[in-house]
Amino acid sequence: MKIQLIINGYKKELEVRPDEYLLDTLRNYNYLSVKRGCDSSSCGVCTVLLDGSPIASCSYLSIKASGHEITTAEGIQKEAAQISTYFGNEGADQCGFCNPALALTVYAMKRELSNPTDEEIRDYLVGNLCRCSGYVGQQRAIRAYLEDTL
Amino acid sequence: MKNVNRGLPSIDGKGLMMGIPAYTDDLADANSLIIKVLRSPHPFAKINKIDTNRASEINGVECVLTYKDFKRIPITRAGQGYPEPSPHDKFILDNYVRYIGDEVAVVAAVDLQTAEKAIKLIEVDYKVLEPVLDFEVAYDNKTIIHDEPEIHEMFPIGFEPKKNVAAAYDMHVGNIDETLKNCDVVYEASFYTQAQAHVMMEPHTANARIDCYGRLVIYSSTQTPYHVRRIISQALQYPLSKIRVIKPRVGGGFGGKQCIHGEFFVSAVTLKTGKPSKLVYTRKEVFESSFSRHPMRFDVKLGATKKGILKGIDVSVLSDTGAYGEHALTVFMVAGAKVLPLYNKVDAVRFGGKVVYTNHTPAGAFRGYGAIQGNYALESAIDMLCEKLSIDPIIFREKNMIKEGESSPIFKIMGEGTEGIEMNVESCKLDYCVKRGHELINWKDKYPFVNGENSKVRGVGMAIAMQGSGIPYIDMASAMIKLNDDGFYNLIIGATDIGQGSDTILAQIAAEVLETDLDKMIVYSSDTDLAPFDCGAYASSTTYVSGNAVVKAAKNMRKMLIKEGARSLDVKEEEIIFDGVLFQTEDGKKSITLSELSNRLFYSEDQQQLVATNSYVGTKSPPPFMAGYVEVEVDTETGVVKVIDYTAVVDCGTTINPLLALGQVEGALAQGIGMTLYEEVLYNQKGGLITNNLMTYRIPTRKEITNMNVEFADSYEETGPYGAKSVGEIGIDTPPAAICNAIYNAVGVRIQSLPVTAENVLMGILKNKEKRNEK
Repeated sequence: MKIQLIINGYKKELEVRPDEYLLDTLRNYNYLSVKRGCDSSSCGVCTVLLDGSPIASCSYLSIKASGHEITTAEGIQKEAAQISTYFGNEGADQCGFCNPALALTVYAMKRELSNPTDEEIRDYLVGNLCRCSGYVGQQRAIRAYLEDTL
Repeated sequence: MKNVNRGLPSIDGKGLMMGIPAYTDDLADANSLIIKVLRSPHPFAKINKIDTNRASEINGVECVLTYKDFKRIPITRAGQGYPEPSPHDKFILDNYVRYIGDEVAVVAAVDLQTAEKAIKLIEVDYKVLEPVLDFEVAYDNKTIIHDEPEIHEMFPIGFEPKKNVAAAYDMHVGNIDETLKNCDVVYEASFYTQAQAHVMMEPHTANARIDCYGRLVIYSSTQTPYHVRRIISQALQYPLSKIRVIKPRVGGGFGGKQCIHGEFFVSAVTLKTGKPSKLVYTRKEVFESSFSRHPMRFDVKLGATKKGILKGIDVSVLSDTGAYGEHALTVFMVAGAKVLPLYNKVDAVRFGGKVVYTNHTPAGAFRGYGAIQGNYALESAIDMLCEKLSIDPIIFREKNMIKEGESSPIFKIMGEGTEGIEMNVESCKLDYCVKRGHELINWKDKYPFVNGENSKVRGVGMAIAMQGSGIPYIDMASAMIKLNDDGFYNLIIGATDIGQGSDTILAQIAAEVLETDLDKMIVYSSDTDLAPFDCGAYASSTTYVSGNAVVKAAKNMRKMLIKEGARSLDVKEEEIIFDGVLFQTEDGKKSITLSELSNRLFYSEDQQQLVATNSYVGTKSPPPFMAGYVEVEVDTETGVVKVIDYTAVVDCGTTINPLLALGQVEGALAQGIGMTLYEEVLYNQKGGLITNNLMTYRIPTRKEITNMNVEFADSYEETGPYGAKSVGEIGIDTPPAAICNAIYNAVGVRIQSLPVTAENVLMGILKNKEKRNEK
């Protein structure tokens, strides 16, 4: 069946199965920044923004997203690049597999929360797991990014 | 421009955060057949009959493979030097299944739905056998897990499959029984560690295709591309020369991708069908059907004099390798080899035991590789011994631990799978690490505990640790540097970047030797056709072993450049000064830039391509050291333990990139904290893994890991590249012992089985109360 999505600002008509999840749809259509990690909306690497809010695309039916706006890391290249410099400066990027989703979530958080505390940042990003960094470097990087850009 | 000991961002960090396709599945052929694996529902069973007719008949199914489709060639999936110290006890597919999740059959179809449908139509008649689900009764059990006649060891590793023994090892120095008898105080206890899961964010992923030259090209999320090529060739009896393995960006490994996984199946399917194929493990498959940390039991005896001199260490170990013996012996040996030398002044040491098969998920390599298990047991026991002696555990360690310039007989006796190498530790700032950590965590004000708010008590604990830097005389790395026109270079290496940043730090090293900017050193790595050999990313090798190979290759390139510079200026080589940009004579009268020289070599005179290459194999394995200090908060009403602060002071020589080294230590600490406090592994009675997804298996989130303080000691390892030792694993070793010591200091409860659970801590607190009341 066909659905309509606005992906990264562009109207797209996509062919999907009724039982297909958004993660598969997006990867099928070459939005490869969206990663597969756990299949149970526990790890956060498949995060995309639906009308600006983070969702786990591995557990979100594509047909349910029809008519909505989807943002992937491909749609926030400038911001992702900017955030990455802060990660680089704190030794916070390693394998990078969770990073496009984390950049998206930080981008959404920045629009949603004004001047969040450390605890609010952790609460907002708690669904974005990382096994490489130990999180503290990410926290330093995100703080610095927010301080410089808010 | 200084390039080493400089905190530069990793060279791929920006592109990866922007989501540029770079990982194995991002690079799969769009028309790949989708592979699904039928997995065993039984922990141990013989396949009486397997019928694939109905599955094969479905439209869209291209191939169904069972054990009947493969020659019976026993292999090991362990990515290690060859011949491997792991038993060859695995067939790609077999007519026996040995754990819940073991491979039964493989389906390749045009899409996932068809493959899943076909999997369900494969009819298997199993003869269910009595499994061994408890590693403490595995030895000489009436159930023999591996009774196949073809399986074998490559050289003596104590392999005794009829007794369910994958490997065994024993060593001793001095007479331990005599020594312990003469000690004033002896402490004895047992400790258990669990089958921690790696939980790298990218699941095990592989895909294959036949290229236009008719060769098999495998893309794999692997830590060991060259070992993958060798093992695939052996297992499928397919010529090595017709296989190319490419490792794209890898989404984390931690040892979990040091063993072969889906590469067998994509290769077999693509060779059989001629079509591209791909396999991405589900998270359940990653948990159940890849590899875990070896669970172990340690029976420890320590003896000391009244004055606090450690005299003897006696450690008996039982290790559980699960259904197959990947890394069975070597992980076992590292539990001694990279722990025991910490206390090098003892009169006697004994270390030994067995690695047994069970019908559980196979164990394999995992960061720390035995050292974290051994460290937990020994460093917990040391604290308990100190209590018996009424001696401060830090003073005790300072008195008994290894120091710079010293050696240990263990280095010579124990290697990884074979004998080790005698060495002195020429760089060891462990004494500084202990002192500095003591200061940073403010031990004197916090030890042993401070009462917190309400029911909470805060305690501090510590542990010391060591690891290694590669496997000497076995694991080799090599590098190639190519000069391009305009004066920039390619650094082509076999070394395997799995996120730890080796591409970056190896480029930094090459750029340092050639005095050029990092962006003029273009890295290409981990492609078995194009890059020179490297054993891969394991055993804390890359900085030290691959780094030394890069230094040697870069020095060769420098020599070549000076020769050509001299020739172009018509002077002797000795007269040339080269600063990375300009070649000139001492008087400055003659000069040529690198850019001009390289253009000359390409297009005008003395035309030639300059390529320098070199290799390195270690002659020693200088250990990184560290002291880990932790402050925990224990809620005495609930038993819940929280890490308030983790302080680590690390001697990994001079860091090539202090930022990336920091990331290595912080990340490893978090994994160690996870193993200690959160990552419980539960099996059901049938032998199935209950904790097989990220909802039941809890790794730390950013809510639990909030405060770490990592510093590096000022240290320089003569034999390392620019003074560096390795740093990949050392950070993971201390949390289990340090946290358990802190819990003991806080509430007097000694946890002897990991992970620490709130229930166990609370039970301990209640028992202590009872004992006090009885008194």
